[in-house]
Amino acid sequence: MTREKVNYIFGKIRHFLFGLHYSDGFLFKAIIYLLLISIGFVYVYPILHMVSYSFQSLEDLLNPAINYLPSSLYFGNYQEAFKSLNYFKTLGTTLLVTLVPAIIQTIVASLVGYGFARFEFKGKKIWMALLIATYIIPPQVTMIPKYIMFNDMGLLNNVFSVILPATLGQGLYSAIFVLIFYQFYKMIPKVLDEAAQIDGASRPFIYLRVAVPLSMPSFITSFLFSFVWYWNETYLSTIFMDSGKYDTLQIKLLKFVSAYQEANPGGDIRMINEGMRLAATLLIILPMLLMYFVLQRWFIEGIDNAGITGE
Amino acid sequence: MKLTNKKRDAIAGYSFISIWIVGFLFLSAFPLLTSFYYSFNEVIIDGQQGLVTTFTGFNNYVNAFTTDVEFLNALREYLVDIAVYLPLIIIISMILAILLNQKIKGRGFFRSVYFLPVIISSGPVINELLSSGTGTLSAISRSGMVENMQANLPVFLSEPIAIILSEMIVILWFSGVQIVLFLAGLQKINREIYEAAEIDGASPWESFWKITLPSLRPIILLASIYTIVTLSTFSNNTALGIIRQGMFAPLPKGFGYSSALAWVYFLLVSAILGLVTVVIAKPWQNRLPKGGK
Repeated sequence: MTREKVNYIFGKIRHFLFGLHYSDGFLFKAIIYLLLISIGFVYVYPILHMVSYSFQSLEDLLNPAINYLPSSLYFGNYQEAFKSLNYFKTLGTTLLVTLVPAIIQTIVASLVGYGFARFEFKGKKIWMALLIATYIIPPQVTMIPKYIMFNDMGLLNNVFSVILPATLGQGLYSAIFVLIFYQFYKMIPKVLDEAAQIDGASRPFIYLRVAVPLSMPSFITSFLFSFVWYWNETYLSTIFMDSGKYDTLQIKLLKFVSAYQEANPGGDIRMINEGMRLAATLLIILPMLLMYFVLQRWFIEGIDNAGITGE
Repeated sequence: MKLTNKKRDAIAGYSFISIWIVGFLFLSAFPLLTSFYYSFNEVIIDGQQGLVTTFTGFNNYVNAFTTDVEFLNALREYLVDIAVYLPLIIIISMILAILLNQKIKGRGFFRSVYFLPVIISSGPVINELLSSGTGTLSAISRSGMVENMQANLPVFLSEPIAIILSEMIVILWFSGVQIVLFLAGLQKINREIYEAAEIDGASPWESFWKITLPSLRPIILLASIYTIVTLSTFSNNTALGIIRQGMFAPLPKGFGYSSALAWVYFLLVSAILGLVTVVIAKPWQNRLPKGGK
């Protein structure tokens, strides 16, 4: 073999491994995929772990030889979890205290965002600053006076303790949703409004007939995030709705031991095992997982399109 | 009466945001001031007289800082958590976003996987993960690496490292939104700048420090604020738990004392947010690059 040929082959190999400028070589790509896949595994691992343990019977859980693959598919944990969570009834309650405020919060955020984006008025900057401040103030600071207020108004242990703040634009992370709509409505050209105004359309009419149809993507994104965040919220609901009447799935999981006793009067709480708890956890995240698989592009592209990153 | 268009605009604007203004005054501003007032009082709800407040000056605050060891520990724990989590979450999510921004197949798939925790991580779910040992990779917990380190390193070093190793999954699980933010930011950087730099002989390493990082600065700020707010309001936070317990505890605790704790916590969070904003945005240098647009 001549020297040139050797050089040629080495050059080929080098090109294959490192490419023209590092980032298109095989080695680089291989490292990237390796990193992405191993980190991806860290994300999926807890879910796989949950699935695997939730199908293991007590014998399997105690058997040190069985780690991840159960000896047989065991549904007992799910039966117990179903019973303890009182699944379908609790699911109904959960939807009532998460879905309803999420829908209301989204509609209100759209109105407020529109007001901020489309009109010039005195004091707008100050109100905007206060809006952003409400995102930063921890809910714990305002929670105690609210508790006393709701107590006086008879709103404790009442759905309206969640619905009222959502209706007044002070729900969970309301400021973010107002900002999402604000960014979107800013982008609609003013000419559209002016044309409609010349045709005699009133401002509320323009909002309903021009702005709302255009902003459907913002509605969907805001609603989804709102719904997910309400679904996962437990701190405030344990304070404002403590009586047990409005226990959501999450709260039932938090109080799994007492939920189990309620479902099995006289039952021995030592019978609760990891498999059951993980089955319950899976049952709780399942509705969100299903929704995510169907609608994931709205979640992720929603952040992209919200324009939050543009400023 | 004829209204000018400008006046009509103002009326319409205020009508649209009126519902929010009412809510803000009634459910944010008023409670904020009231809780400030409560924090200087002993507050009880009496069966007959309703709410009874007795002014006690700075007592609640003094008690919090001198006698409430539990709360001080919780604050310390919170500070350590922020100091460890915040840089890690920002760095990891930036690296992941950069990896995802390469010309690779399945970007959407990976992005969806990394975003997954945003959908499902609630306090109770994370509790279950941690208590069943799912929160750590079993390889790390089995190797005894953490115990080993705690025996051999000084506490101020071993504690953060122990947190990192034992809660790697939780840290990654809090990075979903940030990854998407960074990815969106990266895609807005003009590719031509990189090409020009490459022609001038810049290595990818130099390009990262001289182009990518400065362009991402607004996103870093945004992601940091999001991270701090999320961590500070996450329901598993011990300090928040103590505030809630204090509410229904007998005097000298109760509503007044808990309000004081909440205000201490609020000021601490604000201080962190302010500090982070100043460090990242460096307003005195006034060279914040215009992202996007």
